[in-house]
Amino acid sequence: MSITRPKHIDQPTVLYMDGVSVSFDGFKALNSLSMFIEPGEMRAIIGPNGAGKTTMMDVITGKTRPDSGTILFNNTHDLTSFDEAQVANMGVGRKFQKPSVIESLTVFENLEMSLKGGRSIWQALTHKLTGEKIDKIDEILSMIDLKDRLNTDAGSLSHGQKQWLEIGMLLGQEPELLLIDEPAAGMTDEETMKTAELFKELSKKHSLMVVEHDMDFIEALDCKVTVLNEGSVLAEGSLSTVKNNQKVIDVYLGR
Amino acid sequence: MTMNKEITTAQEIKGGPLTRMLLNDAAGRKLLIILALMSVLIPLSNVLLPEGSFFHVSTYTMTLLGKYLCYALLAVSVDLIWGYCGILSLGHGAFFTLGGYAMGMYLMRQIGDRGVYSNPELPDFMVFLNWTELPWYWLGFDQFWFAMVMVIAAPGILAFVFGALAFRSRVTGVYFSIITQALTYALLLAFFRNDMGFGGNNGLTDFKDILGFDLQADSTRATLFFASGLALILGYLISRFIVTSKLGRVLVAIRDSESRARFMGYRVESYKLFVFVVSAMMAGVAGALYVPQVGIINPGEFAPINSIEMIIWVAVGGRGTLYGAVIGAVLVNYAKTYFTGAFAELWLFMLGGLFVLSTLYLPKGVVGLWAQLKEKYSSSGGSGPDENSSSDDSAVIEEGRT
Amino acid sequence: MFSLFKQIGVMLLICMPLMAQAAEPQPYKEDQASSAVATSELYELSQQLIDAGYREKQALVETLVEINDPQTLKFLQVMVNGDLYYRKDDRVIVINEDDAITIFFTGESITLENKRDIKKISVNNKLRTLLRGGIARLQIFSNNLELRKQAATNLLKSADDLDEATLQLAVEKEKNADVQEILSLVQGIRWLEADDEKQRLAGVELLSGSLYPDVRGALANYVRAAEADERSTEVAAAKKALDKIEAMLTANAVVENLYFGLALGAVLLLAAIGLAITFGVMGVINMAHGEMIMLGAYTTYMVQQLMPEHMGVSLVVSIPAAFLISGLVGIAIERGVIRHLYGRPLETLLATFGISLILQQAVRSIFGPLNRDVGTPDWMAGTFMINPALELTYNRLYIIIFSLLVLAVLALILKRTLFGLQMRAVTMNRPMASSMGIRTGWVDALTFGLGSGIAGIAGVALSQLTNVGPNMGQAYIIDSFMVVVFGGVGNLWGTLVGAMSLGVMNKLLEPWAGAVVAKILMLVFIILFIQKRPRGLFALKGRAADMG
Repeated sequence: MSITRPKHIDQPTVLYMDGVSVSFDGFKALNSLSMFIEPGEMRAIIGPNGAGKTTMMDVITGKTRPDSGTILFNNTHDLTSFDEAQVANMGVGRKFQKPSVIESLTVFENLEMSLKGGRSIWQALTHKLTGEKIDKIDEILSMIDLKDRLNTDAGSLSHGQKQWLEIGMLLGQEPELLLIDEPAAGMTDEETMKTAELFKELSKKHSLMVVEHDMDFIEALDCKVTVLNEGSVLAEGSLSTVKNNQKVIDVYLGR
Repeated sequence: MTMNKEITTAQEIKGGPLTRMLLNDAAGRKLLIILALMSVLIPLSNVLLPEGSFFHVSTYTMTLLGKYLCYALLAVSVDLIWGYCGILSLGHGAFFTLGGYAMGMYLMRQIGDRGVYSNPELPDFMVFLNWTELPWYWLGFDQFWFAMVMVIAAPGILAFVFGALAFRSRVTGVYFSIITQALTYALLLAFFRNDMGFGGNNGLTDFKDILGFDLQADSTRATLFFASGLALILGYLISRFIVTSKLGRVLVAIRDSESRARFMGYRVESYKLFVFVVSAMMAGVAGALYVPQVGIINPGEFAPINSIEMIIWVAVGGRGTLYGAVIGAVLVNYAKTYFTGAFAELWLFMLGGLFVLSTLYLPKGVVGLWAQLKEKYSSSGGSGPDENSSSDDSAVIEEGRT
Repeated sequence: MFSLFKQIGVMLLICMPLMAQAAEPQPYKEDQASSAVATSELYELSQQLIDAGYREKQALVETLVEINDPQTLKFLQVMVNGDLYYRKDDRVIVINEDDAITIFFTGESITLENKRDIKKISVNNKLRTLLRGGIARLQIFSNNLELRKQAATNLLKSADDLDEATLQLAVEKEKNADVQEILSLVQGIRWLEADDEKQRLAGVELLSGSLYPDVRGALANYVRAAEADERSTEVAAAKKALDKIEAMLTANAVVENLYFGLALGAVLLLAAIGLAITFGVMGVINMAHGEMIMLGAYTTYMVQQLMPEHMGVSLVVSIPAAFLISGLVGIAIERGVIRHLYGRPLETLLATFGISLILQQAVRSIFGPLNRDVGTPDWMAGTFMINPALELTYNRLYIIIFSLLVLAVLALILKRTLFGLQMRAVTMNRPMASSMGIRTGWVDALTFGLGSGIAGIAGVALSQLTNVGPNMGQAYIIDSFMVVVFGGVGNLWGTLVGAMSLGVMNKLLEPWAGAVVAKILMLVFIILFIQKRPRGLFALKGRAADMG
């Protein structure tokens, strides 16, 4: 764990975390966590329960303030001093484990809301739907395969469809970095594979950080893997290297 | 094919704010027409028709209806924050009452030297308390325009300060409800004090005239009724404009999933604050129109129970529809007038029962019930209950998350 | 603080023998044999008084004081009050107290046909002084401690009633430390008027730090006199003594306010404990909580109506009765309404508010809109004295103890019983608890019943402090929520600290800001506090809180 600041800050990173610690009532959820993600990279995060995966996402997205440490976005913005909305508007999108869409709005309205820009109250009040925006929504709709559900209330979509709609909403935000929490949970095998394909497609334009338990899914993603344990990085590398790491085996199979 | 459908939908939505506001709101449109007709015809019938005529509306009835219109505007303001943004304020009566006090202070100054003590400057209660000078916060209230600015500004500023504090520290749900209740309770206690300079527990009353017109005259009453109707129509349109804009959808997003709205990049606290302040101002206007019609404003209006009663108007009418709030306010208040007159004992049982039954069996109010019945009779295979249960589930999930 | 407790302890120790003394048989018991003779002697003298002029009366009174008769004291007291009369036709000595006439020697009460049938045995100022001195002497050497104490305290007001020598004798003979202290204070007050400066200063020294209001008055007078005569050393010494007294009085006021604050805190605690269960543990917003308290208070009233003879017993019986009634109503509410609204807190709030209206109106229809009188047993009334300028009421003390007891019992139920375990299991992880065979529905109902029942018990306690009426619950609902929210939801310890600190803060603000402003300030404080710490004083932090 000899990551030193100068070495990595020189190279372009989309996300750079250094010595991030968070504790709740004495329990260290993150313990001097350091890692970085390069622009355009897709990274899978695995780790046992309580390893700090969700807390890490909370810290990056401004939901939780870390006790110490730096989180740089695009080598410039220190994310620890912004709230959720500001972080989102800088270009960090987050998808929750449970599908979180606006149930009483239609698919179209959900997507319309997510489109980049127009976050101020005045803009929201005077918002007009331009042809450009409709095209963008169209594009997303075909990507997430919900064209024929356009006018349906999001609440009456199936579980998988909600997951996809939420991904679509993230795309509408045009984020540089996407944080995705267990996307495959509750999906059929077929949906899982389809999602993996989608992510690979996305990684051409965006940086992705995917937290996942499903090893098949991670294998399908075919990317670098970081293993978290007790709030810090245990191992990093390709899935096969990580799988053979003795420390990782110890953690997963029990000591 | 799908592509085609997509374009038409977009075109429809694209039609501009005015279309969105009115075209997709058939029930609201009907309501507006009825309101507009009422606001014109009732005052006319009161003033022009002879007392014996069948179509003559007595001043008593008109004033009563005028009161209902004020309540309806208040209900719309409650629905705007509760129905659309999920903010349950149990202190909205505070804003209503503040608006009422601002109007009351103007009316008090209008009395001039016609009071019991004939003091040209000081209202009677101040003379009675041996005050020699008008307190600074009473200055300017002899000007109608200033009083009208304060009708909107006083509740607006209070809502802004209170809301900014509460929303920024993310006080939500029942916590927010409870502290708003504490807010109106604190104001109740404060306004009961004589040295606050608002007439203590007697409040402000014995008004003589408004803008030089005798408050007891039928023509003045008729004008006030018309103004109330107009204010309700305007309030409705403003609210409708807000909820049909993208801002309205952000409000719904905040209601359904606050964290999603945040992670989508919307400053939830700013949106809540905006709609809370707008709603408070609307409540203030309702209070200001209410006071000259009932002829008194006292601290009792701050009582927490009043604020909770407003919620039940909206709940009975059907939250999140705006027109439901209007219907609910009129229905419940008509029932109140009727029952407190006929069976005073029963009224609280009725009101209590309304709270219980409407939350248990009428989650969408009478408006929803109407829609449900209509659907049942037109296609006899209603999917109403299913929809209900699905939205309930989502509420549970939402609770679990936040 | 410690010295306060010590003082309370000392007071209790002192009070006990006091009470015992009061029940003791009359003094002079050993003289009963000679009583008949003595009475005749008193009788003789009284007959002579009827015809005597003032100068003769003085001589007669001086003789009276010397005779050893148990009725002399009463005789002198009646006389000094100007209530001593005689019947004109048969020269019978009577007492005329507010037109109620009793014969002095037999105690028999009589009615008069004409007011003029009796004539007053008049007294003048000189006689009065003489009488007071006589009374003081008789009392100060009495066997009855209470009487001696009373006399000593009276002497503080009029130190000149006794002459120096008698006073000195009394101080020396007195065995009770308290009375002796008061008597020496009386001496001190007398010395203030001595001719010798040294003795005056000794008097100041003696009086310094005493909390009796009369001592303070005497010192203040003395300062005025000394200032007029420009006796600067004495002025300085007396002022210093007065300052010391002022400081002690200020401390007294703080202690008293603290006590009131703790008592208010106890009331808040009682009102909020039930809510800490229903709101804190279950997350149910029960706006009818105040009405559960009201039901408890009305239960107390009903029980008292059933056994009007046994005030104390009825209060004890009321506790389980109120618990049962409020608890059963609570269970009915949970099963009937709240059960259908879990996960929808705002709807629960509205529905339970409706229930509160129904309960209020029901009580109003049954018992009428007026407040009901709930009696207070004797042992609840009365005060105990911490020091001469500070008396605290017993009922507040009992409320404080009672509230802590209720909290302790509740904590035990939660921590040590199977039901408590199941309850915590259900609130932490409902599906898991359910799959382990816990009947979650019943646990919910019983938990709610428990919270409501405790509110009922609070009602019993509150019936002893405030008016019992249909609206009484309303007064507590906002306060209770404030306490729970302030203390931190789901945390009994937080509820205790929240209630006590709010109570004390409120009472400490009151003398400075007035009751209403203090209340407003408290509400504003809590509103601001919730902004800063939305989860209260003792908040669960981090993930646990997110999940809860």
